[in-house]
Amino acid sequence: MSTTELLEPMPSAGPSPDADDITVELPARRAGATQIPDVTGVEEGPRRTLRGVRVEDAFNVLGALVAAIATASLFFGWIAPLTGIAGWIAVAFLLFIGLYAFLVSLTSDWQEVKDRVWTVLIVSAGVILVGALAFVVVYTFVRGKDALPHLNLFTQTMEFAGPLDPLTEGGIFHAIVGTLIQIGIALAVTIPLGIVTALFLNEVGGKFARFVRTIADAMTALPSIVAGLFVYAAVIVLITQQRSGFAASIAITVMMLPIVIRTSDVVLRLVAGSLREAAYALGASRWRTVWHVVLPTARSGLVTAVILGTARGIGETSPVLLTSGVTAVANFNPFDGPMISLPLQVFDFVRSPEPNMIARGFGAAAVLLILVLALFAIARLIGGSGAGQLTPRQQRAAAERSKRDVIRMSPTGPVRNGQRWIDQDIPSPITEIEEQ
Amino acid sequence: MCWQGTRFFWGRIAGHLRAPNHVWRFQVSEAVQESELEELLAEYDKEVSTPTPELDGDAPRELKVRPSVSDVVFKSSAFLAGIITVAIMLAVGLFLSIRAADAIGTAGFSFLTEVQWSPETQKFGILAVLFGTVTIAVIAMCVSVPLALGTALLISEITRGKLQQWLITLVDLMAAVPSVIFGLWGVFYLQANVIPVAQWISTYFGWIPFFAVTGENGEVLTEASAFTSSAFIAGIVVGLMVVPTQTSVMREAFSQTPPGEREAALALGSTRWVMISNVVLPFGRGGIIGGTMLGLGRALGETIAVYMIISPIFEINWQVLKTGTNSVSALIALRYGEASDFSLSALMAAGLALFLITLVINFTASSIVARSRSGAESEA
Repeated sequence: MSTTELLEPMPSAGPSPDADDITVELPARRAGATQIPDVTGVEEGPRRTLRGVRVEDAFNVLGALVAAIATASLFFGWIAPLTGIAGWIAVAFLLFIGLYAFLVSLTSDWQEVKDRVWTVLIVSAGVILVGALAFVVVYTFVRGKDALPHLNLFTQTMEFAGPLDPLTEGGIFHAIVGTLIQIGIALAVTIPLGIVTALFLNEVGGKFARFVRTIADAMTALPSIVAGLFVYAAVIVLITQQRSGFAASIAITVMMLPIVIRTSDVVLRLVAGSLREAAYALGASRWRTVWHVVLPTARSGLVTAVILGTARGIGETSPVLLTSGVTAVANFNPFDGPMISLPLQVFDFVRSPEPNMIARGFGAAAVLLILVLALFAIARLIGGSGAGQLTPRQQRAAAERSKRDVIRMSPTGPVRNGQRWIDQDIPSPITEIEEQ
Repeated sequence: MCWQGTRFFWGRIAGHLRAPNHVWRFQVSEAVQESELEELLAEYDKEVSTPTPELDGDAPRELKVRPSVSDVVFKSSAFLAGIITVAIMLAVGLFLSIRAADAIGTAGFSFLTEVQWSPETQKFGILAVLFGTVTIAVIAMCVSVPLALGTALLISEITRGKLQQWLITLVDLMAAVPSVIFGLWGVFYLQANVIPVAQWISTYFGWIPFFAVTGENGEVLTEASAFTSSAFIAGIVVGLMVVPTQTSVMREAFSQTPPGEREAALALGSTRWVMISNVVLPFGRGGIIGGTMLGLGRALGETIAVYMIISPIFEINWQVLKTGTNSVSALIALRYGEASDFSLSALMAAGLALFLITLVINFTASSIVARSRSGAESEA
C-alpha cells in the first residue's frame, strides 16, 4: 500500500449514501435478551458438508480393492507362473496401494494423495495385526475341534491312554488340576506380597522404596527359562532332589511377582493424593487411610493387575518344564512328585508324531486359550473404570445415600425467613429488571 | 523557597528493612552543626529501623510423632514385604552369578568366543547361541516395529470412541495369549506356508548375503527342507508375540501429544498425515524407541515358541532363511535334562548372560522413555 492510500480516511462504519449494501432495521433493545436479526427475504445458500467420509472416498477404496484382487488373480492364475497364497496377498496389497493412489490423484492434489495412502497403510497395519491374532486363535480352535467335544478330555488323565489310543480315551484332567494347584499356590504368595509391596512403594516411600522399585523393574526382564533354571538348581538339585509342583509354583511366583508389583504400583499411584490428604486431615492413621480410602478406590485396578498377572503365569511353559516335569497321572500333592500343567501338556502332546496326540494337544491348547480369555474378560469387566470412578449403578447408589443424608440432616430442606425455601416463590431478578 | 535556611546531607539508614544500602537525602536547618549530624542520623536511624527480634533461646520445635500401634504394624509389615521382595530377587541374581562363576572361571574369555557347546570337554561358549538369539530378535523387530507403529497410530489418531476401546482391548488380549499357542501356530501352520515365501526371497534377493541359502560347498539350495526351522520363521512368530507390548507403549506416548500442537498443525492447513509426521511422531520418539527396546528385551528371552520351531545347530549361520539356528533359552531348555553339575553351571552362565543383556536393554528403554517428552507422565 502506498503512503497516499494510507493517508486517505478509512471508510466509515455506518452506511454511506453511495453504498449499495443491505441495511437491517434492528428492533429496540431489550435488556438481557439475545437479538437475532430478521432474515425474511434472504436466500439460503448451498449447505456445506462437514462430514469426513464422502461417497467417492468409499468408492475409491472399494474400487482399488476389487481391481487389485482381480489383477492379482489374473497374474497368479493365468499370466505369470507365480504361485502361493502369500505371494498373491503381497501382490494384491501392492497393487491396491498403487491403484488407490492413482484413483485419489484423479481428483485431489499430491498432499491429499500422500495423506490418504498413509492412512490406508496405517489401517492395513492394524488389520494385519488383528487378523493375525484372530487367525492364531481361530486356528487353535479349528484344529482342536476334533478333541474338544469328547467329555473324557476333561475327566480322564493320560494314565491309561497311550499315543495310539483314539480320542475317546485319555484326557487332560491331570493337567487342569496341576495348573490350578500351581497357580493357586503362586497366587497365595504373590497377591499379599505383591500388593503390600506396592503399598510400601506408594505409602511409605523413601530411598529404600526407590531401591525396591528399581529391583522389581529389573526383575521383569528375567527370562522365564532363567527363573526355571534358578529353581531347578537352587531348590531341586540342592534341597528336594525331586521335581514337584511346589517348585513350579516358586518359579511361577518369581515370574509373576514383578509384574503384579509394577501394575499395582501404577494403579495405586493413580489414586488422587487429595483423597489421602483428606483422610489424614480428618485424623485417620496411616493404616486406616490405606484400608478405608486407598484400597477401596484402587480395588478394581488391583483386581485387574492380579488377574493379568495370573493370565501371564498360567501361560508360562518353560519354568514348569524345568521344575515340575511331565507326567501322565493326576497328582494332587504339590510337594511330592512331578505335576504337569496345561501349557506343558500342550507342548508335550504336539511333540509326538501321532495325529491323535496332536489333536489332543490342540484340544488342550483350546482349553488353555479359553481359560486365559475368560480371565482376561473378567479382568476387563471388573477393572473397566479407573481409580475412584463409579459405575452407573454405583453412582445411583451414591446419589441415593446423599439424598438420605440431606433428609437426615434437615428434614425440611433449606429454610428462608421461617419458610421452606422450596415452598417460597422468590421472583427472578431478571424479571424484576424487565418490569422497570 | 523551602531550601532557604536549610542544607542537605546524605546518609544511609543501616537498619532500614527494605533499603539498607540506599543513600537518603536529609534536609536540616542551617543552624545544625556538622558535629551534630552524626547524632541526628543515628537517632533517625533508631526511629525508623525495624527492630531485630531477639532470639533468646528460640529454636525450631521438635515435632514428635507418636504413631499408633496399627501404624507401626502397617509400616513394619510393608517394610517386611519390601525386604522379602528384594531378597527373592537378589537371591535369584546372586545364585545365578555364584553358580555361573564356576563355568566362567573355567572357560575364561573363550566363553564369549567359542561356538561349540560341550561343557563335558570344557569347550563351550555362547557365541553361536547368542548370534542366533540376536538374529531371531532382529527379524522379530523388523516384523513387529512397523506393525506396532501402524497399530499405535491407528488407535491414537484415526479411530475414535467404541472402535478405539475395542482395539485397545484386542491388543491387550493379544499380550495375554500364552506363547505356547503362538508356537503351535508357528509349527503347524507357518512352517509349511512361509517356505514358498522364503524360497522366493532367496531366489530373487539371493545376491544379498543374508538372503542366500547355500550348502557347504557354496551351491544354491532350493528344496523345501533347506528352508524349514529357520531363524526367519522363528523371528516372525516372536515378532507377533512382542507387538502388543510395543503397541501399548507407543500408543500411550502418542496419546499424550499436546492437543495444542496438533491443532496448531491442522490450523496451519496441514493434512492429517503431515500433522502425524510433524507433531505426533517427533513427540512420541521416546515412546517409539522405548517400546521397541522393551519388545526387543522380550524377544531375546522367548523360549518355548523358538524351541518348538528351530532345529538347533552350534555354528554361526548368517543365512537367516536357511534351516538351523539357536537361541540361549532354547539351548537351556534343550540341555538342562542331562546336565551334570558343571554343565548346569555352564547353562547358568549362559542364562546369566541373557539376563544381563535383557536387563541392560530394559533399563535403557525405561530411561529413554522417562527422559523423553512423551514419557514424562506415562508409567511405562
